[in-house]
Amino acid sequence: MTRRTARATAARVLRQLARDRRTLVMLIAVPSVLLVLVRFAFDARPAVFQRTGLPLIGVFPLVSMFLVASISMLRERRSGTLERLMALPATKPGLLLGYAGGFAVVAGVQAVVTLSVGMGLLGLDVAGPFWLAVVIAIANALLGMAMGLALSAFAATEFQAIQFMPAFVLPQFLLCGLIADRADMARPLEIVSNVLPLTYAYDALRAVADQPGVGSGVLVDLAVSMAMAALSLAAGAATLRRRTP
Amino acid sequence: MAGDAGSTGAVAGAAIAVSIRSVSVVRGRRTVLRDVDLELPAGRIVGIIGPSGCGKSTLVRSIVGVQARVSGNIDVLGAEAGVASRRGDVGYVTQAPSVYDDISIRQNLTYFGRLLGVGDPEVERVIDAVRLSEFADRRVQDLSGGQRARVSLAIALLGGPPLLVLDEPTVGLDPVLRQELWGQFADLAASGVTLLVSSHVMDEATRCDWLVLLRDGTVLAHGAPSDLLARTGTETVEDAFLALVAERGSP
Repeated sequence: MTRRTARATAARVLRQLARDRRTLVMLIAVPSVLLVLVRFAFDARPAVFQRTGLPLIGVFPLVSMFLVASISMLRERRSGTLERLMALPATKPGLLLGYAGGFAVVAGVQAVVTLSVGMGLLGLDVAGPFWLAVVIAIANALLGMAMGLALSAFAATEFQAIQFMPAFVLPQFLLCGLIADRADMARPLEIVSNVLPLTYAYDALRAVADQPGVGSGVLVDLAVSMAMAALSLAAGAATLRRRTP
Repeated sequence: MAGDAGSTGAVAGAAIAVSIRSVSVVRGRRTVLRDVDLELPAGRIVGIIGPSGCGKSTLVRSIVGVQARVSGNIDVLGAEAGVASRRGDVGYVTQAPSVYDDISIRQNLTYFGRLLGVGDPEVERVIDAVRLSEFADRRVQDLSGGQRARVSLAIALLGGPPLLVLDEPTVGLDPVLRQELWGQFADLAASGVTLLVSSHVMDEATRCDWLVLLRDGTVLAHGAPSDLLARTGTETVEDAFLALVAERGSP
């Protein structure tokens, strides 16, 4: 039953996105445009682009899937479709896995396109394997999705859901090591950054950018960020109630 | 039906589709349903009639199994309300058309059909049953309110469930369409399906085979419409409702 729910839901989520051309185009193209901006904003200091390029590519899917997932789930709650699903033989894990599957596909396309633009057109050097960078980007998308789904339960309106982005994602972005080295941060912030999922995603991407092959450090970082995604997803599942007041 | 003051006439000869025993529901600090006892006959159109805020939706949601904080027992088609194994047996139409606006009618039905494990022929059958075949590939957001309501009904019809629970299905529909829907409900009941239809429009009560009159979270009366009218000595369900309220008001 869970597999049936997951497959049907993944297909439905993809159909919804496919029917919404504008969102789809923005999801796929905007990260590349931003990457071009970063490349030429630091035109005189190519090292900055080399240092931040890959981590940025890996973080885009997290931000976009966070937004798409939280708004999608909010709509399910408000339109009554979630109540209908809860009255049907659909399972909650199936529903969440379906969302994850659908979004992973989009995130994969997004990452491949952005990486190709970065490496092919903008001269970004990535020492590690291309596929590993894509895998980490997809993992980040799932992390963003899981956080978005969980937090959407606490948003009563779309406005609130959108505000969760600067409230929950931006601080992680600032503390993950991309903007400032974590070792240079005030000690309390460094400690906080140790428990934020994006920190591990960033470390994994840095490792892929710098080291050839698949280092064990990458896998550990990837595993930690996936474990945190699983935790968020479990929190999201807990907010899906079959019976509501 | 012993000891049930509000009932006029037993559910003569009919099987029981839904049986409700001392059910109360609390929402927030308010008791929305208070000590409800009902037996609803199978294969009929059962109208749950009462003004807005009387607890109709809460009763409907309790029967479907999506209402939290329900005390008492609700037995639906021989099983506890909302149990996982029986979810495919109850077609539920929520008050607002709960459909995905951004995909087509057919894509909506395909999705819900897959969740129920029914195939494409069944999807086409229900699209046809609500007369939406010519619009099947249109996006739901481009449809009229009435068409949307019919998409919602079509989803509930998937798999031919023996029980249909419809929460205010005719609100805001034009009279012709409303007439047509009630015709479909009658056809379904004739084929053995049990329909629970909630409405705040007293006129719609005349189209039902069995009525539950709700007010302030309690059952004023339930029974066959003719019995209710005879008992209260009134001509219309609205007058019967008023008579029952007056009767209850005087100690």
